[in-house]
Amino acid sequence: MTRLPIRKTYKLFIGGEFPRSESGRTYEAEGQNVALASRKDVRDAVRAARAAFGKWAAMTAYNRGQVLYRIAEMMEARRAEFADLCSGPKEVERSIDRVVWYAGWADKLAQVLGSSNPVAGPYFNFTVPEPTGVVGILAPGEPALAGLVSRIAPAIVGGNAAVVVASESHPLAAVELAEVLATADVPGGVVNILTGRGEELAPVLAGHMDVNALDVSGADGQVPELERLAAENVKRVVHGAPDDQSPWEIAGFLELKTVWHPIGV
Amino acid sequence: MTELERKQDRAPIPAGWEYATAPESREIVELRERYGHFVGGEWLEPKESYATIDPSSEEPLAEVGQATEEEVGLAVSAAREAFEDGWSKLPGSERAKYLFRIARILQERSREFAVLESLNGGKPIRESRDVDLPLSAAHFFYYAGWADKLEYAFPNRQPEPLGVAGQIIPWNFPLLMLAWKIAPALAAGNTVVLKPAETTPLSALLFCDVLRQAELPAGVVNIVTGDGRAGAALVKGEVDKVAFTGSTEVGKAIQRELAGTGKKLTLELGGKAANVIFDDAALDQAVEGIVNGIYFNQGHVCCAGSRLLVQESIYEPVISKLKRRLATLRVGDPLDKNTDVGAINSRAQLEKIEELVRSGEEEGAEIYQPPCRLPEKGYWFVPTVFTNVAQSYRISQEEIFGPVLSVLTFRTPDEAVEKANNTPYGLSAGVWTEKGSRILSMAQKLRAGVIWANTYNRFDPGSPFGGYKESGFGREGGLHGLEPYLKFE
Repeated sequence: MTRLPIRKTYKLFIGGEFPRSESGRTYEAEGQNVALASRKDVRDAVRAARAAFGKWAAMTAYNRGQVLYRIAEMMEARRAEFADLCSGPKEVERSIDRVVWYAGWADKLAQVLGSSNPVAGPYFNFTVPEPTGVVGILAPGEPALAGLVSRIAPAIVGGNAAVVVASESHPLAAVELAEVLATADVPGGVVNILTGRGEELAPVLAGHMDVNALDVSGADGQVPELERLAAENVKRVVHGAPDDQSPWEIAGFLELKTVWHPIGV
Repeated sequence: MTELERKQDRAPIPAGWEYATAPESREIVELRERYGHFVGGEWLEPKESYATIDPSSEEPLAEVGQATEEEVGLAVSAAREAFEDGWSKLPGSERAKYLFRIARILQERSREFAVLESLNGGKPIRESRDVDLPLSAAHFFYYAGWADKLEYAFPNRQPEPLGVAGQIIPWNFPLLMLAWKIAPALAAGNTVVLKPAETTPLSALLFCDVLRQAELPAGVVNIVTGDGRAGAALVKGEVDKVAFTGSTEVGKAIQRELAGTGKKLTLELGGKAANVIFDDAALDQAVEGIVNGIYFNQGHVCCAGSRLLVQESIYEPVISKLKRRLATLRVGDPLDKNTDVGAINSRAQLEKIEELVRSGEEEGAEIYQPPCRLPEKGYWFVPTVFTNVAQSYRISQEEIFGPVLSVLTFRTPDEAVEKANNTPYGLSAGVWTEKGSRILSMAQKLRAGVIWANTYNRFDPGSPFGGYKESGFGREGGLHGLEPYLKFE
């Protein structure tokens, strides 16, 4: 007699926990019942992200880099599972290597993106990059895993907290990634992942007054409307690369702070 | 409080001091009766026009054009032509030399510009002479040097100009904002169409004469004047980039308008900055900083320190010193070299200030205004301090953009941070303490783009300026100020 396998329930990832949608809804994607997140789930996720932001941003860059590296370690352990949920082992390896690449950026951003500025006066004047806050990410539909990683890693490495709307048609890689994040020392709420209809969730995220930036790299068709909604609280709108890596992808989620410190005896 | 400070607090208020007037001559400025739009290196006769005035006397200074959509379109075409015909192909070292020329000419003609700036904008001559003009020239000088060094600013990124930049600037620092906009745009290889504010077009129009003297190729800089309609036409025009400095409300409208167009955008919007005074601060210096933070330029400053956060233990000495200092501020003729606080820029702005001040009184704040004689004509507002202010009051939430300070208190550094950050804005903040480590700790926690420690309202072309949150995005000044005017590989 063959053993009947245990199936997985595909749920949301909010505040470090795996709740079902508060709406009780699911939809079928990639042959599975997946949570169909509601507007309320978006708002809950934003609240969780805001609560997590301060601590994550205040961690040392070295520490954040290690947490990202830990994500790569946990992904490495699930290579086979990930390979089944995206285009295959090559995409998985590329994604893991990308997380490692971004992990190394955490403690170099300030040196590459910041500056000390010569001013005509007795002040030590310097500019440092800081996270913008809570970032809404509309994950690209394809590639299922690399697209997700390419948008999440640059957002969180600089100290932001993220609310991610997973690919509607390929949500399973996102749920798998959530399980990785939950075991990778990423503080709960730093990344929140919602599965569901982009059309329903994206405008809520775009118009939310406590979201500081909106990554529309994976949005299809609704970008002008999302950008209009984003203007309501002057969100930074990021058009990033769905499958690439660069420190400028990080910079899109950063603010620059300039400090005038007095010089005197 | 030391014995000395106690004595000083009892010192008589020198309100009765009489000063002989020391007016700067306005002869140095020659105004034309009418101005057109500066398009393709020539003056374009405007279809419609309006009078621009001196806000300190309400007297008309000149007629200027109200640009129509068609006229804005002509300016954009001229900029496009200049971009394609040569400016974008000119070696950076040649672009640099034009910018250096402009910087030098502004230095040479700085008195003339300073007088005009005070005439048309109402700001004290001391300020236009000592702040606006030197900084404007410095901005051109700074960015001139970048024009042929862009590949060092952005290594491995192959920076390219965007094309035509549409720039809309406010009335509080007309020439300085022009410099902030035009200098980096040209250094990066773009051409521009700039619209000065409706009420302060004259220094931008005089600047066209600087361009003539510098022999800048026609069409590289175009100036169209008018109110918000002209600005809206520019935003909708065939420009590759929009740079706007002004109110958050208009900034949001521009962001909405540009949604989905792919045009690059930078916004430098409003603020409600906290100026945080700790109990170990050098109080007399701090009081000067408070005054400079909110009464500089009549409070018409987006980064003005309009919310004073005082540590409770020093609340009383700070307020009494502040009130005493307020009584010595001289409000009046912008062209008088003794003047500290000039005219409010326009009737509309005066009405907005009056309305918000009324709301402060109605909501229960305590108002203090020093005895002060105001000129009969023109737009004026007495430097004002509100105490007993709650965080929910409109005067601690909304940008007043006038000489009105709201005072709040705090006990612990954490409380100061929480109150300072309790606003949708995030442009700037001030910290006053003698403790260096506390400066840096506060600087880390305050969510604002510019943090001044033991100083306030200080600017430098090398220092990036811009906001967090609803104060906008993008930086002006410094290496970072080039990026909004470039595209990359």
